[in-house]
Amino acid sequence: MSGVRVLAGTKKGAFILTSDGKREHWDVSGPHFAGWEIYHMKGSPADPNRLYASQSSGWFGQIIQRSSDAGKTWEPVGNKFAYDGVPGTHQWYDGTPHPWEFKRVWHLEPSLRDPDMVYAGVEDAAIFRSNDAGQNWTELSGLRGHDTGPRWQPGAGGMCLHTIILDPANEGRMYIAISAAGAFRTDDGGASWRPINRGLHSAMLPEPTADVGHCVHHVAMHPSRPGVLFMQKHWDVMRSDDSGDSWYEVSGNLPTDFGFVIDTHAHEPNTIYVVPIKSDSEHYPPDGKLRVYRSRTGGNEWEALSNGLPQSDCYVNVLRDAMAVDSLDTCGIYFGTTGGQVYVSPDAGDHWKPIVRDLPAILSVEVQTLA
Amino acid sequence: MSSSGEAPVRHTVHVVLPAHLRTLARVSGDVEIELEGPVTQRRILDAIEARFPALLGTMRDQITLQRRPFVRFFACQQDLSHESPDAPLPDAVASGAEPFLVVGAIAGGRNVAL
Repeated sequence: MSGVRVLAGTKKGAFILTSDGKREHWDVSGPHFAGWEIYHMKGSPADPNRLYASQSSGWFGQIIQRSSDAGKTWEPVGNKFAYDGVPGTHQWYDGTPHPWEFKRVWHLEPSLRDPDMVYAGVEDAAIFRSNDAGQNWTELSGLRGHDTGPRWQPGAGGMCLHTIILDPANEGRMYIAISAAGAFRTDDGGASWRPINRGLHSAMLPEPTADVGHCVHHVAMHPSRPGVLFMQKHWDVMRSDDSGDSWYEVSGNLPTDFGFVIDTHAHEPNTIYVVPIKSDSEHYPPDGKLRVYRSRTGGNEWEALSNGLPQSDCYVNVLRDAMAVDSLDTCGIYFGTTGGQVYVSPDAGDHWKPIVRDLPAILSVEVQTLA
Repeated sequence: MSSSGEAPVRHTVHVVLPAHLRTLARVSGDVEIELEGPVTQRRILDAIEARFPALLGTMRDQITLQRRPFVRFFACQQDLSHESPDAPLPDAVASGAEPFLVVGAIAGGRNVAL
Protein backbone atom coordinates (compact mmCIF):
# COMPACT_ATOMS: atom_id res chain seq x y z
CA MET A 1 0.00 0.00 0.00
CA SER A 2 1.52 3.28 -1.04
CA GLY A 3 1.46 6.27 1.21
CA VAL A 4 3.07 9.55 2.09
CA ARG A 5 4.89 10.97 5.08
CA VAL A 6 4.93 14.75 5.37
CA LEU A 7 7.65 16.28 7.50
CA ALA A 8 6.68 19.70 8.81
CA GLY A 9 9.17 21.89 10.63
CA THR A 10 7.61 24.65 12.69
CA LYS A 11 8.59 27.42 15.04
CA LYS A 12 7.72 25.23 18.01
CA GLY A 13 8.57 21.68 17.02
CA ALA A 14 8.36 19.07 14.29
CA PHE A 15 5.28 17.23 13.12
CA ILE A 16 5.00 14.10 11.01
CA LEU A 17 1.81 13.69 9.01
CA THR A 18 1.10 10.34 7.40
CA SER A 19 -1.56 9.07 5.07
CA ASP A 20 -2.22 6.36 2.56
CA GLY A 21 -2.15 6.99 -1.16
CA LYS A 22 -5.58 8.58 -1.15
CA ARG A 23 -4.30 11.38 1.06
CA GLU A 24 -7.69 11.93 2.65
CA HIS A 25 -7.17 10.84 6.24
CA TRP A 26 -4.08 11.80 8.17
CA ASP A 27 -2.31 10.76 11.32
CA VAL A 28 -0.48 13.55 13.08
CA SER A 29 2.56 12.82 15.21
CA GLY A 30 4.18 15.53 17.27
CA PRO A 31 5.33 17.87 18.43
CA HIS A 32 8.76 16.33 18.28
CA PHE A 33 11.44 18.55 19.87
CA ALA A 34 8.64 20.59 21.40
CA GLY A 35 9.34 24.25 21.82
CA TRP A 36 12.32 24.32 19.46
CA GLU A 37 12.47 25.82 16.01
CA ILE A 38 12.71 23.13 13.37
CA TYR A 39 14.02 24.91 10.33
CA HIS A 40 14.11 21.78 8.22
CA MET A 41 13.58 18.04 8.31
CA LYS A 42 14.21 15.69 5.41
CA GLY A 43 14.37 11.98 4.67
CA SER A 44 17.05 10.10 2.80
CA PRO A 45 16.07 9.09 -0.73
CA ALA A 46 18.24 6.00 -0.24
CA ASP A 47 16.56 4.91 3.01
CA PRO A 48 13.16 6.40 3.81
CA ASN A 49 13.50 5.47 7.48
CA ARG A 50 16.52 7.74 7.84
CA LEU A 51 15.47 11.26 8.69
CA TYR A 52 17.48 14.32 9.64
CA ALA A 53 16.18 17.38 11.47
CA SER A 54 17.64 20.77 12.20
CA GLN A 55 16.58 21.82 15.69
CA SER A 56 17.60 25.22 16.98
CA SER A 57 16.83 27.86 19.54
CA GLY A 58 17.99 31.37 20.21
CA TRP A 59 18.93 30.24 23.69
CA PHE A 60 20.59 26.90 23.22
CA GLY A 61 21.87 26.97 19.66
CA GLN A 62 21.92 24.27 17.02
CA ILE A 63 21.12 20.59 17.42
CA ILE A 64 21.00 18.01 14.64
CA GLN A 65 18.65 15.08 15.19
CA ARG A 66 18.71 11.80 13.34
CA SER A 67 16.14 9.06 13.16
CA SER A 68 16.63 5.58 11.74
CA ASP A 69 13.05 4.44 12.24
CA ALA A 70 11.04 7.00 10.30
CA GLY A 71 10.77 9.44 13.16
CA LYS A 72 9.59 7.10 15.91
CA THR A 73 12.79 7.72 17.85
CA TRP A 74 15.51 10.31 17.45
CA GLU A 75 19.03 10.83 18.63
CA PRO A 76 21.04 14.03 18.68
CA VAL A 77 24.16 13.76 16.59
CA GLY A 78 27.02 16.13 15.85
CA ASN A 79 26.41 19.86 15.99
CA LYS A 80 29.90 21.27 15.66
CA PHE A 81 29.90 23.42 12.54
CA ALA A 82 33.38 24.90 12.46
CA TYR A 83 34.28 27.04 9.48
CA ASP A 84 37.40 25.86 7.74
CA GLY A 85 40.44 27.98 8.60
CA VAL A 86 40.16 31.64 9.54
CA PRO A 87 36.61 32.55 8.55
CA GLY A 88 37.29 36.11 7.38
CA THR A 89 34.52 38.60 6.74
CA HIS A 90 31.49 39.24 4.60
CA GLN A 91 29.57 42.48 4.22
CA TRP A 92 27.25 43.56 6.99
CA TYR A 93 23.97 45.35 6.34
CA ASP A 94 25.72 48.71 6.44
CA GLY A 95 28.41 47.60 4.03
CA THR A 96 31.14 47.17 6.65
CA PRO A 97 33.13 43.92 6.94
CA HIS A 98 31.60 41.50 9.43
CA PRO A 99 33.11 38.25 10.68
CA TRP A 100 31.52 35.00 9.55
CA GLU A 101 29.59 33.57 12.52
CA PHE A 102 27.72 30.28 12.57
CA LYS A 103 24.10 30.75 13.62
CA ARG A 104 21.97 27.81 12.49
CA VAL A 105 21.30 25.14 9.90
CA TRP A 106 18.58 26.16 7.46
CA HIS A 107 18.51 23.15 5.19
CA LEU A 108 19.55 19.51 5.32
CA GLU A 109 19.94 17.66 2.04
CA PRO A 110 20.58 13.92 2.32
CA SER A 111 22.60 12.29 -0.44
CA LEU A 112 20.61 10.64 -3.20
CA ARG A 113 22.54 7.41 -2.76
CA ASP A 114 24.04 7.15 0.72
CA PRO A 115 21.81 7.52 3.79
CA ASP A 116 24.83 8.36 5.93
CA MET A 117 25.85 11.30 3.76
CA VAL A 118 24.05 14.58 4.27
CA TYR A 119 24.70 18.21 3.41
CA ALA A 120 23.83 21.19 5.60
CA GLY A 121 23.25 24.73 4.43
CA VAL A 122 23.96 27.16 7.24
CA GLU A 123 23.80 30.78 8.31
CA ASP A 124 26.24 32.58 7.95
CA ALA A 125 26.31 31.11 4.49
CA ALA A 126 28.35 27.95 4.07
CA ILE A 127 27.81 24.34 3.13
CA PHE A 128 28.91 21.42 5.29
CA ARG A 129 28.89 17.70 4.63
CA SER A 130 28.72 14.72 6.94
CA ASN A 131 29.78 11.28 5.78
CA ASP A 132 28.87 9.56 9.03
CA ALA A 133 25.15 10.21 9.41
CA GLY A 134 25.52 13.60 10.99
CA GLN A 135 28.13 12.80 13.59
CA ASN A 136 30.89 14.99 12.14
CA TRP A 137 30.63 17.94 9.77
CA THR A 138 33.22 19.31 7.37
CA GLU A 139 32.86 22.55 5.50
CA LEU A 140 33.12 22.52 1.71
CA SER A 141 35.00 25.75 2.03
CA GLY A 142 35.56 26.39 -1.63
CA LEU A 143 32.16 28.04 -1.63
CA ARG A 144 32.72 30.52 1.19
CA GLY A 145 36.24 31.00 -0.04
CA HIS A 146 35.03 32.14 -3.43
CA ASP A 147 36.52 35.46 -4.50
CA THR A 148 33.15 37.11 -4.10
CA GLY A 149 32.67 35.91 -0.48
CA PRO A 150 33.74 39.18 1.12
CA ARG A 151 30.99 40.92 -0.90
CA TRP A 152 28.14 38.67 0.21
CA GLN A 153 25.57 40.39 2.36
CA PRO A 154 22.70 39.07 4.52
CA GLY A 155 19.10 39.33 3.42
CA ALA A 156 16.39 40.31 5.88
CA GLY A 157 16.36 36.81 7.33
CA GLY A 158 20.11 36.57 7.74
CA MET A 159 22.84 35.39 5.40
CA CYS A 160 21.54 31.90 4.95
CA LEU A 161 22.34 29.09 2.59
CA HIS A 162 18.82 27.78 2.23
CA THR A 163 18.74 25.69 -0.94
CA ILE A 164 20.81 22.64 -1.87
CA ILE A 165 20.00 20.69 -5.03
CA LEU A 166 21.86 17.52 -5.97
CA ASP A 167 22.02 16.65 -9.64
CA PRO A 168 20.86 13.02 -10.01
CA ALA A 169 22.61 12.65 -13.35
CA ASN A 170 25.95 14.11 -12.31
CA GLU A 171 27.30 13.19 -8.92
CA GLY A 172 29.75 16.07 -8.86
CA ARG A 173 27.19 18.74 -9.60
CA MET A 174 25.27 20.65 -6.95
CA TYR A 175 23.40 23.90 -6.88
CA ILE A 176 23.01 26.10 -3.82
CA ALA A 177 21.40 29.45 -3.14
CA ILE A 178 22.18 32.11 -0.58
CA SER A 179 20.21 35.14 0.53
CA ALA A 180 21.47 37.56 -0.54
CA ALA A 181 24.45 36.39 -2.54
CA GLY A 182 22.66 34.42 -5.24
CA ALA A 183 22.96 30.97 -6.78
CA PHE A 184 26.16 28.96 -7.15
CA ARG A 185 27.09 25.69 -8.83
CA THR A 186 29.83 23.17 -8.29
CA ASP A 187 30.80 20.57 -10.88
CA ASP A 188 33.47 18.90 -8.77
CA GLY A 189 31.59 17.73 -5.71
CA GLY A 190 31.92 20.98 -3.83
CA ALA A 191 35.63 21.69 -4.19
CA SER A 192 35.09 24.76 -6.36
CA TRP A 193 32.05 26.90 -7.05
CA ARG A 194 30.99 29.63 -9.36
CA PRO A 195 28.15 32.13 -9.23
CA ILE A 196 25.35 31.39 -11.69
CA ASN A 197 23.43 34.64 -11.66
CA ARG A 198 23.69 35.91 -15.22
CA GLY A 199 20.34 37.23 -16.31
CA LEU A 200 19.13 38.10 -12.83
CA HIS A 201 18.16 41.72 -12.35
CA SER A 202 17.77 43.14 -8.85
CA ALA A 203 16.82 46.79 -8.88
CA MET A 204 17.91 47.36 -5.29
CA LEU A 205 21.54 46.60 -6.11
CA PRO A 206 23.94 49.39 -7.06
CA GLU A 207 24.68 47.27 -10.09
CA PRO A 208 21.39 45.45 -10.81
CA THR A 209 23.01 42.72 -12.92
CA ALA A 210 25.98 42.11 -10.62
CA ASP A 211 27.48 38.63 -10.50
CA VAL A 212 26.53 38.27 -6.82
CA GLY A 213 24.22 40.02 -4.38
CA HIS A 214 20.86 38.77 -5.61
CA CYS A 215 18.29 37.68 -3.07
CA VAL A 216 17.40 34.25 -4.39
CA HIS A 217 14.56 32.82 -2.35
CA HIS A 218 14.41 29.29 -3.69
CA VAL A 219 15.37 27.13 -6.66
CA ALA A 220 13.68 23.99 -8.00
CA MET A 221 14.76 21.32 -10.44
CA HIS A 222 12.95 18.34 -11.91
CA PRO A 223 15.15 15.25 -11.53
CA SER A 224 14.48 14.08 -15.09
CA ARG A 225 15.74 17.34 -16.52
CA PRO A 226 18.56 18.53 -14.26
CA GLY A 227 19.78 21.23 -16.61
CA VAL A 228 16.55 23.18 -16.25
CA LEU A 229 16.17 25.25 -13.12
CA PHE A 230 13.35 27.42 -11.84
CA MET A 231 13.94 30.21 -9.37
CA GLN A 232 11.77 32.33 -7.15
CA LYS A 233 13.89 35.40 -6.65
CA HIS A 234 12.95 38.14 -4.20
CA TRP A 235 11.05 39.64 -7.11
CA ASP A 236 10.83 37.71 -10.38
CA VAL A 237 10.30 34.07 -11.25
CA MET A 238 13.21 32.95 -13.39
CA ARG A 239 14.18 29.97 -15.51
CA SER A 240 17.47 28.59 -16.72
CA ASP A 241 17.83 26.02 -19.51
CA ASP A 242 21.61 25.72 -19.22
CA SER A 243 22.27 24.60 -15.66
CA GLY A 244 22.21 28.12 -14.34
CA ASP A 245 24.66 29.63 -16.81
CA SER A 246 21.95 32.10 -17.78
CA TRP A 247 18.45 32.97 -16.63
CA TYR A 248 15.40 34.55 -18.15
CA GLU A 249 12.21 35.77 -16.54
CA VAL A 250 9.04 33.67 -16.68
CA SER A 251 6.84 35.69 -14.31
CA GLY A 252 4.35 36.22 -17.13
CA ASN A 253 0.82 36.88 -15.91
CA LEU A 254 1.41 36.31 -12.19
CA PRO A 255 -0.43 38.88 -10.05
CA THR A 256 2.86 39.60 -8.29
CA ASP A 257 6.18 37.91 -8.87
CA PHE A 258 7.37 38.30 -5.30
CA GLY A 259 7.30 35.07 -3.30
CA PHE A 260 9.34 32.45 -1.55
CA VAL A 261 8.49 28.90 -2.69
CA ILE A 262 8.79 27.26 -6.05
CA ASP A 263 8.52 23.59 -6.98
CA THR A 264 8.01 21.26 -9.93
CA HIS A 265 5.39 18.59 -10.58
CA ALA A 266 6.74 15.08 -9.95
CA HIS A 267 5.91 13.76 -13.42
CA GLU A 268 5.66 16.84 -15.59
CA PRO A 269 8.97 18.68 -15.70
CA ASN A 270 7.41 21.69 -17.32
CA THR A 271 4.74 22.13 -14.65
CA ILE A 272 5.76 24.44 -11.85
CA TYR A 273 4.14 25.98 -8.80
CA VAL A 274 4.59 29.25 -6.92
CA VAL A 275 2.66 31.11 -4.24
CA PRO A 276 2.66 34.81 -5.08
CA ILE A 277 3.11 37.13 -2.12
CA LYS A 278 2.06 40.76 -2.32
CA SER A 279 5.43 42.46 -1.92
CA ASP A 280 8.70 42.59 -0.04
CA SER A 281 7.09 44.87 2.49
CA GLU A 282 3.80 42.97 2.80
CA HIS A 283 4.45 39.27 3.19
CA TYR A 284 0.99 37.88 2.54
CA PRO A 285 -1.07 36.93 -0.49
CA PRO A 286 -2.55 39.70 -2.63
CA ASP A 287 -6.14 40.66 -1.80
CA GLY A 288 -6.24 38.32 1.21
CA LYS A 289 -6.67 35.35 -1.17
CA LEU A 290 -4.39 32.35 -0.78
CA ARG A 291 -3.70 31.09 -4.28
CA VAL A 292 -1.14 28.72 -5.67
CA TYR A 293 -0.22 29.46 -9.25
CA ARG A 294 0.60 26.69 -11.68
CA SER A 295 2.27 26.92 -15.03
CA ARG A 296 2.10 23.92 -17.33
CA THR A 297 4.33 25.64 -19.83
CA GLY A 298 7.48 26.06 -17.79
CA GLY A 299 6.55 29.61 -16.89
CA ASN A 300 4.97 32.75 -18.33
CA GLU A 301 1.44 31.32 -18.52
CA TRP A 302 0.05 30.86 -15.04
CA GLU A 303 -3.32 29.76 -13.67
CA ALA A 304 -4.60 30.43 -10.18
CA LEU A 305 -5.43 27.40 -8.05
CA SER A 306 -7.77 28.31 -5.24
CA ASN A 307 -10.28 25.49 -4.82
CA GLY A 308 -10.29 24.76 -1.10
CA LEU A 309 -7.95 27.59 -0.14
CA PRO A 310 -9.16 30.63 1.82
CA GLN A 311 -10.27 33.38 -0.54
CA SER A 312 -10.88 36.17 1.92
CA ASP A 313 -9.06 37.69 4.88
CA CYS A 314 -6.05 35.42 4.53
CA TYR A 315 -2.79 37.09 5.50
CA VAL A 316 -0.33 34.25 5.98
CA ASN A 317 3.03 33.76 4.33
CA VAL A 318 4.48 30.63 2.75
CA LEU A 319 8.18 30.42 3.53
CA ARG A 320 10.82 29.27 1.10
CA ASP A 321 11.24 25.64 2.16
CA ALA A 322 7.54 25.10 2.85
CA MET A 323 6.40 23.48 -0.40
CA ALA A 324 6.93 19.89 -1.54
CA VAL A 325 5.51 17.34 -3.95
CA ASP A 326 5.00 13.60 -3.69
CA SER A 327 5.55 11.22 -6.57
CA LEU A 328 2.35 9.17 -6.45
CA ASP A 329 0.58 8.69 -9.77
CA THR A 330 -1.56 11.73 -9.19
CA CYS A 331 1.10 14.08 -7.93
CA GLY A 332 0.37 15.55 -4.52
CA ILE A 333 1.34 19.15 -3.76
CA TYR A 334 1.88 20.34 -0.19
CA PHE A 335 2.61 23.66 1.41
CA GLY A 336 2.63 25.13 4.89
CA THR A 337 1.83 28.62 6.07
CA THR A 338 2.96 30.93 8.82
CA GLY A 339 -0.57 30.54 10.15
CA GLY A 340 0.10 26.89 10.95
CA GLN A 341 -1.87 25.25 8.16
CA VAL A 342 -0.45 22.48 6.02
CA TYR A 343 -2.43 22.10 2.81
CA VAL A 344 -2.50 19.14 0.46
CA SER A 345 -3.73 18.82 -3.06
CA PRO A 346 -3.86 15.15 -4.09
CA ASP A 347 -4.59 16.12 -7.70
CA ALA A 348 -1.68 18.34 -8.66
CA GLY A 349 -3.24 21.54 -7.41
CA ASP A 350 -6.83 21.34 -8.62
CA HIS A 351 -8.33 20.82 -5.16
CA TRP A 352 -6.89 21.66 -1.77
CA LYS A 353 -7.68 20.91 1.80
CA PRO A 354 -5.89 21.45 5.08
CA ILE A 355 -4.21 18.45 6.70
CA VAL A 356 -3.81 20.46 9.90
CA ARG A 357 -4.97 23.97 10.66
CA ASP A 358 -3.44 25.08 13.91
CA LEU A 359 0.20 24.13 14.10
CA PRO A 360 2.82 26.73 14.98
CA ALA A 361 4.11 28.75 12.03
CA ILE A 362 5.35 26.34 9.38
CA LEU A 363 9.01 26.80 8.50
CA SER A 364 9.45 23.86 6.15
CA VAL A 365 7.56 21.04 4.47
CA GLU A 366 9.02 17.93 2.91
CA VAL A 367 7.25 14.80 1.78
CA GLN A 368 8.32 11.21 1.38
CA THR A 369 6.50 8.90 -1.00
CA LEU A 370 6.36 5.46 0.55
CA ALA A 371 6.13 2.22 -1.38
CA MET B 1 47.07 12.16 45.11
CA SER B 2 48.14 15.79 44.93
CA SER B 3 51.81 16.82 44.89
CA SER B 4 51.55 17.40 48.63
CA GLY B 5 50.45 13.83 49.04
CA GLU B 6 46.91 14.74 50.01
CA ALA B 7 44.02 13.21 48.14
CA PRO B 8 42.16 15.87 46.09
CA VAL B 9 38.93 16.97 47.65
CA ARG B 10 35.88 15.38 46.06
CA HIS B 11 32.74 17.43 45.56
CA THR B 12 29.20 16.50 44.69
CA VAL B 13 27.69 19.43 42.84
CA HIS B 14 23.97 19.79 42.14
CA VAL B 15 23.22 21.28 38.75
CA VAL B 16 19.79 22.49 37.71
CA LEU B 17 19.29 22.49 33.97
CA PRO B 18 16.52 24.32 32.14
CA ALA B 19 13.63 22.20 30.88
CA HIS B 20 14.77 22.09 27.25
CA LEU B 21 18.22 20.85 28.21
CA ARG B 22 16.82 18.24 30.60
CA THR B 23 14.75 16.91 27.71
CA LEU B 24 17.75 16.89 25.43
CA ALA B 25 19.88 15.12 28.05
CA ARG B 26 17.01 12.76 28.85
CA VAL B 27 17.08 13.44 32.55
CA SER B 28 14.41 14.53 34.96
CA GLY B 29 15.18 16.66 37.94
CA ASP B 30 18.55 17.92 39.09
CA VAL B 31 21.82 16.44 37.95
CA GLU B 32 24.55 15.47 40.40
CA ILE B 33 28.13 15.52 39.22
CA GLU B 34 31.27 14.49 41.01
CA LEU B 35 34.31 16.75 40.78
CA GLU B 36 37.75 16.47 42.22
CA GLY B 37 39.62 19.64 43.05
CA PRO B 38 38.41 23.20 42.44
CA VAL B 39 34.77 23.75 41.53
CA THR B 40 34.49 26.26 38.72
CA GLN B 41 32.01 26.99 35.93
CA ARG B 42 34.37 25.50 33.37
CA ARG B 43 34.83 22.27 35.29
CA ILE B 44 31.10 21.90 35.87
CA LEU B 45 30.36 22.46 32.19
CA ASP B 46 33.15 20.08 31.17
CA ALA B 47 31.65 17.40 33.39
CA ILE B 48 28.08 18.01 32.22
CA GLU B 49 29.08 17.87 28.57
CA ALA B 50 31.15 14.73 29.09
CA ARG B 51 28.22 12.98 30.74
CA PHE B 52 25.61 14.34 28.33
CA PRO B 53 27.21 14.85 24.91
CA ALA B 54 23.84 15.98 23.56
CA LEU B 55 24.39 19.20 25.51
CA LEU B 56 27.60 20.09 23.67
CA GLY B 57 27.21 23.56 22.25
CA THR B 58 23.97 24.32 24.05
CA MET B 59 25.40 26.24 26.99
CA ARG B 60 28.64 27.47 25.49
CA ASP B 61 30.08 27.65 22.01
CA GLN B 62 31.96 24.47 21.13
CA ILE B 63 34.78 26.34 19.45
CA THR B 64 35.27 29.52 21.49
CA LEU B 65 33.89 28.04 24.74
CA GLN B 66 32.14 31.36 25.30
CA ARG B 67 28.85 31.23 27.20
CA ARG B 68 25.92 31.44 24.82
CA PRO B 69 24.44 34.94 25.03
CA PHE B 70 21.02 33.88 26.36
CA VAL B 71 22.33 31.34 28.85
CA ARG B 72 22.99 32.52 32.40
CA PHE B 73 24.61 30.91 35.41
CA PHE B 74 23.30 31.53 38.91
CA ALA B 75 24.12 30.23 42.38
CA CYS B 76 23.50 31.45 45.91
CA GLN B 77 21.26 34.28 44.64
CA GLN B 78 24.12 35.62 42.52
CA ASP B 79 24.36 36.03 38.77
CA LEU B 80 27.71 34.45 37.99
CA SER B 81 27.36 34.70 34.24
CA HIS B 82 30.06 37.28 33.84
CA GLU B 83 32.51 35.73 36.26
CA SER B 84 35.63 34.07 34.91
CA PRO B 85 34.87 30.44 33.99
CA ASP B 86 37.91 29.52 36.07
CA ALA B 87 36.92 31.44 39.18
CA PRO B 88 36.09 29.23 42.17
CA LEU B 89 32.36 29.03 42.77
CA PRO B 90 30.91 29.72 46.23
CA ASP B 91 31.68 27.12 48.88
CA ALA B 92 27.98 26.33 49.17
CA VAL B 93 28.01 25.09 45.55
CA ALA B 94 31.15 23.05 46.11
CA SER B 95 29.66 21.49 49.23
CA GLY B 96 26.41 20.66 47.48
CA ALA B 97 24.38 22.86 49.81
CA GLU B 98 23.32 25.14 46.95
CA PRO B 99 22.73 24.18 43.32
CA PHE B 100 24.44 25.62 40.28
CA LEU B 101 21.66 26.92 38.04
CA VAL B 102 21.82 27.01 34.25
CA VAL B 103 19.08 29.35 33.15
CA GLY B 104 17.68 30.37 29.80
CA ALA B 105 17.56 34.16 29.93
CA ILE B 106 14.23 35.94 29.70
CA ALA B 107 14.49 37.30 26.21
CA GLY B 108 12.35 37.62 23.18
CA GLY B 109 11.52 39.43 20.05
CA ARG B 110 13.20 38.08 16.98
CA ASN B 111 11.96 38.41 13.47
CA VAL B 112 12.20 35.25 11.43
CA ALA B 113 12.03 35.73 7.68
CA LEU B 114 12.94 32.33 6.38
